Amino acid sequence: MPEALVSIENLEAFYGDAQALHGVSLELNRGEVLALIGSNGAGKSTLLKSICGLVRRKRGTIRFKSEGIGMLPANEIVARGIALVPEGRRLFPSLSVEENLILGSQVARPGYWSLKTVFDLFPVLQEKRNFPSTSLSGGQQQMVAIGRALMSNPELILLDELSLGLAPIIIKDIYELLPRIVGSGLSAILVEQDVTRALKSAGRFMCLQEGRISLAGEPTAYTRDEISAAYFGN
Amino acid sequence: MEWVNAVVQGILVGGLYAMFAAGLSLIFGVMRLVNIAHGDFIVAAAYLAMVIIQGTGLHPLLSLLIVVPVAAVFGYGLQRGIFNRTLGKDILPPLLVSFGLSVILQNGMLELFTADSRKLDAGPLEVASFNVLPGVSIGILPLLMLLSAVAIIAGLQYLFYRTALGRAFRATSDDTEIAEIMGLDNRKVYAWAMALCMGVVAVAGVFLAIRSNFDPFMGPGRLIFGFESVIIGGLGNLWGTLVGGVILGVAQGLGAEINPGWQLLAGHIAFLVVLAVKPHGLFPRNDG
Repeated sequence: MPEALVSIENLEAFYGDAQALHGVSLELNRGEVLALIGSNGAGKSTLLKSICGLVRRKRGTIRFKSEGIGMLPANEIVARGIALVPEGRRLFPSLSVEENLILGSQVARPGYWSLKTVFDLFPVLQEKRNFPSTSLSGGQQQMVAIGRALMSNPELILLDELSLGLAPIIIKDIYELLPRIVGSGLSAILVEQDVTRALKSAGRFMCLQEGRISLAGEPTAYTRDEISAAYFGN
Repeated sequence: MEWVNAVVQGILVGGLYAMFAAGLSLIFGVMRLVNIAHGDFIVAAAYLAMVIIQGTGLHPLLSLLIVVPVAAVFGYGLQRGIFNRTLGKDILPPLLVSFGLSVILQNGMLELFTADSRKLDAGPLEVASFNVLPGVSIGILPLLMLLSAVAIIAGLQYLFYRTALGRAFRATSDDTEIAEIMGLDNRKVYAWAMALCMGVVAVAGVFLAIRSNFDPFMGPGRLIFGFESVIIGGLGNLWGTLVGGVILGVAQGLGAEINPGWQLLAGHIAFLVVLAVKPHGLFPRNDG
């Protein structure tokens, strides 16, 4: 059996005294897309932030390519091949579109993604490369956020609420590009409020409820009611 | 013509104030650190230059070749060893630590160099000047200070907007968390910023020591001039800082022309007027 790309065991994460994750475990294989669903405050974003090192107070094991990365700072985790597209995009306002993208290649990992391939994926960004990132529309900003993450040539990309605040047509466009992004040899964990879209985009899903796994498996293995019960709780 | 001369001299001294302010502006811009000890570091750089000159016989301006790198290395270490430990969401710890450093520096310098006023001797350069109008002359040294300030600010501006390090400074200033997941080590970015700041502080310290007497307790006064220049020009705007320094210098010059006792007061009034009319300064940075 091939070794899992990511292996998490009994992860507990805290914000101050509040515990956000309670013994979460998961495995993700190479080339796999995992959808992480759950209501607000279920711990989805906390799980992503724990993987990429932004949540420091945690217990349990996080392994990436068999190496324990749970205690590493965020800047060393990205160098190992994990990139985050954060919720709300969080572009650098004082940097231009191109500078935002270049900053993504700070760790300079070799691979397919470069300014050229990102511009091929999102041609509109090439036209606006010298614009301030804040002058772009929400959809274009999301493209910059995705491109910025790809520029580090990650092996695992964490996508946090891609559709947040975007028009449906833009969301559709971005999700249509997802197979192309993952097809470049990436694995992905996708956090999404739009459950239908998330389940359609992923081979496997995991539902969180109050920091605990309430359901996990292949989307086709469960009925809509079962997933709904795991999402909202009974 | 006396008034014209006061304005010209004010513009020239504004260069020195801009040098006091550039480091403050840089550090606040990158890491939101208000360094209360900034003025004391300027004075410490002046004493360092004095010691080097006494030991080597170098001209004060040539001593910059040693003082600047030493100050920059010191700044890097200061940030890694002390300030990085205090930075976080609360701005109070670094403020208090810099206040403590100010007290330590002042008393350390008093212990080492006594309270006697000192001055660096730059020889004939100090009195060299040329006339531009009848009754209006420009001193070579003040002109050199202003040109140095312009060069420093142009250099910082280039570094900020045209280099990878500048990009890292701006990104870290925008969002430390996201900068970190892009692979930047914020602690190192801050240390480079402090090294750069201390390099500028060293130049300011040497010019200060050539221009006037200095003693261990004149740091807080230089800090105030620096603060006022930064606020007048607009936070985070380096060219604005130069303009702020010049406005402060001109206000002081005009105040002194009215009454010598009004020199400092006029500068503070100009600062208050700008603060009242434009609380974000004349040219605040606008990144959207």
